[in-house]
Amino acid sequence: MNKTLLIIKREFYAKVKNKSFIILTILSPFLVVALGALIFYLGEKNSEDVRKVAYVDETSQLASAFTSTKTLKYVDLTKLGFKEAKIIAEKDYYGLIYIPKIDSLNQLSKGIKFYSQETPGLSLISSIESGLDKKIRDLKIEKLNIDVSILKETETSISIATENFTGEKSSKIGSILRMLAGGGFGYLIFMFIIIYGTSVMRSVIEEKTSRIIEIIISSVKPFQLMLGKILGNAFAGLLQFIIWMIIGGAILFAITIYLGPEAVNSTNGMPMTPDVVHQVQEASNNNIQLVLQEIKNLPILTIFFSFLVYFFGGYLIYSSIYAAIGAAVDSETDTQQFMMPVLMPLVIAIYVGFSIIENPHGPIAVGFSIFPLTSPIVMLMRIPFGVPWWQIAVSMLLLIVTFIGIVWFAAKIYRVGILMYGKKPSYKELYKWLKY
Amino acid sequence: MKDVLTVENITKTYGNFTALNKVSIAIPKGSIFGLLGPNGAGKTSLIRIINQITLPDSGTIYIDGKPLQPNHIQDIGYLPEERGLYKSMKVGEQAIYLAQLKGMSKQEAKQKLQMWFEKFGINDWWNKKIQELSKGMAQKVQFIVTVMHEPKLLIFDEPFSGFDPINANLIKDEILKLRDQGASIIFSTHRMESVEEMCDYIALINKSNKILDGKLSDIKHQFKENKFEVGLISENENLINEMQEKFEVTSLSKDSENNEQRMIVTLNNGDTTKDLIKYLNSKAQINHFSEIIPSANDIFLKSVANHE
Repeated sequence: MNKTLLIIKREFYAKVKNKSFIILTILSPFLVVALGALIFYLGEKNSEDVRKVAYVDETSQLASAFTSTKTLKYVDLTKLGFKEAKIIAEKDYYGLIYIPKIDSLNQLSKGIKFYSQETPGLSLISSIESGLDKKIRDLKIEKLNIDVSILKETETSISIATENFTGEKSSKIGSILRMLAGGGFGYLIFMFIIIYGTSVMRSVIEEKTSRIIEIIISSVKPFQLMLGKILGNAFAGLLQFIIWMIIGGAILFAITIYLGPEAVNSTNGMPMTPDVVHQVQEASNNNIQLVLQEIKNLPILTIFFSFLVYFFGGYLIYSSIYAAIGAAVDSETDTQQFMMPVLMPLVIAIYVGFSIIENPHGPIAVGFSIFPLTSPIVMLMRIPFGVPWWQIAVSMLLLIVTFIGIVWFAAKIYRVGILMYGKKPSYKELYKWLKY
Repeated sequence: MKDVLTVENITKTYGNFTALNKVSIAIPKGSIFGLLGPNGAGKTSLIRIINQITLPDSGTIYIDGKPLQPNHIQDIGYLPEERGLYKSMKVGEQAIYLAQLKGMSKQEAKQKLQMWFEKFGINDWWNKKIQELSKGMAQKVQFIVTVMHEPKLLIFDEPFSGFDPINANLIKDEILKLRDQGASIIFSTHRMESVEEMCDYIALINKSNKILDGKLSDIKHQFKENKFEVGLISENENLINEMQEKFEVTSLSKDSENNEQRMIVTLNNGDTTKDLIKYLNSKAQINHFSEIIPSANDIFLKSVANHE
């Protein structure tokens, strides 16, 4: 055990003292922020582009539906008539809205057309639609002789407060937070496994190609070496993530102070639908208290504890497979044929994970969160939504059993592989090695 | 004499291939033991089993009379044929790490290492990375790493490959010194001249079987064919023909200046050296008389050919 500790220490320092590790660790958070800023900037630039849209309103009732904004200018071409306007619009305008002369308001709402060179973006169409919607609705109300002020009075905004049978309150904002927490942790495990699994594999190949391996294993058991390597890399990875958290936190803090809280609606690098952004914005504007309350409501202890278990379980399973692959080959170029089957379950887990958010307790979600090769990612994504304890227990038990099995299996291939030089083994040969 | 290492009936198979078939050897304390054999004979398999890198299918290994245990690792120093060091690790740091894996304390390892560095005059290498050293320099470091924990059994697999003649000599002297200090050495090679120079005992392995072992001088004795190189001074032109009637004689050379004829004479069965000398004396003046001892190389080739 003492020797394993020595190996862990060496592997850790070998990784941490590496120049590229140091540079990557310090620069990555800045790079991510810079990249984010760049994308934001380009997006702004893109939408700064002013679009001129012409309209021909033959009903001469709807012109007030078109109010120009900073990026969208409406021009009235009604006087020219539809045919003339169409020719001009094709040349000089982004598009043309044509409102034919139809008296019935109900018919009218289906007769309006938009002509343009290219297919317009969804947001443009929906902004035009919502303007017209509102105008036509107002016209209808007027026609029915309803007092608009009374109507205003009837407007309500409903927000259903949901609560489960044990009395825990939940809300939409809560769901979003759960999604972010689960998705974030799941994704973190995914990244960690790939980055540090590959790093373990490289380190095994390095020992093989530099031919030091036989000297080492005349002093320690191959299993000790493999375990030491895997753990040493894991600690280096943990250190890296801690540093990232600290630097990232500091940057976020600095930006928050500089720009004010509204500008930073912590997106955690996750793609968000406008709906989600809207929800979060609403939350931060209206009720920061509520968000804090929801964060408190997350099963933080369960999340934290299971993160540790799944993190180590998942990492150990995959990195020992990576170590076995590294041992079986002579150079990194030979690893391709073995990498695909390893990456598949991880990628599937990420896809399943992000698609189950709609229904975190459906059969697919449950299945993949129990299957040990995907459970570290999928289960973590589910846990914030509350998972029955027996499912967690079964999943963890399977994870541990699989972990022991795979490490045993990988250690056997590793033990034989590290002393084999020259030829690229086939799966059949790997199977033979298990029996040596 | 007590044996430091005893290998008893070791068998090892890989799938259908038998690497070692009931091989037994014994390495006497304080000796250099040559483990010889053609490529692929099973030498490396045996060495790996002794180093507990792989396990034998059957058979037992004893160190100082005790069955091999994990903590015997620190009693063995091993220089594999396929060797190397971490390229981007500093020399000193690396040597200390490897010594620690062999069970030395950090402090102890540092002291020993300093001693060796001084001995080889390479003090300024301490903070160099292996990739900055030449191949020969790295080999020196490798040698130090192998011996610095002062094991009682040293195993060298082709130790001189990669060394220039000067450094090879330096290493050879160090190996002999280690033997004189009481270490036992297994020396696996196919370079026969170094076997001749250094080995006290040898074992010959061919196609997974041990075909020969023992003290080198005994084996040589066993392999000699009672042949003698003889130089006779005589003016008798017919000397060889006359002799061939009694012995098997091969002529080597003829020096017309002093009338010396060189030849190889094989002793007849049942005759002694004394008989031969007596005969030669009666024929001519004996200028040279020596027994032809087979070289290790001859023994090696002959045994392998006989075995196949």
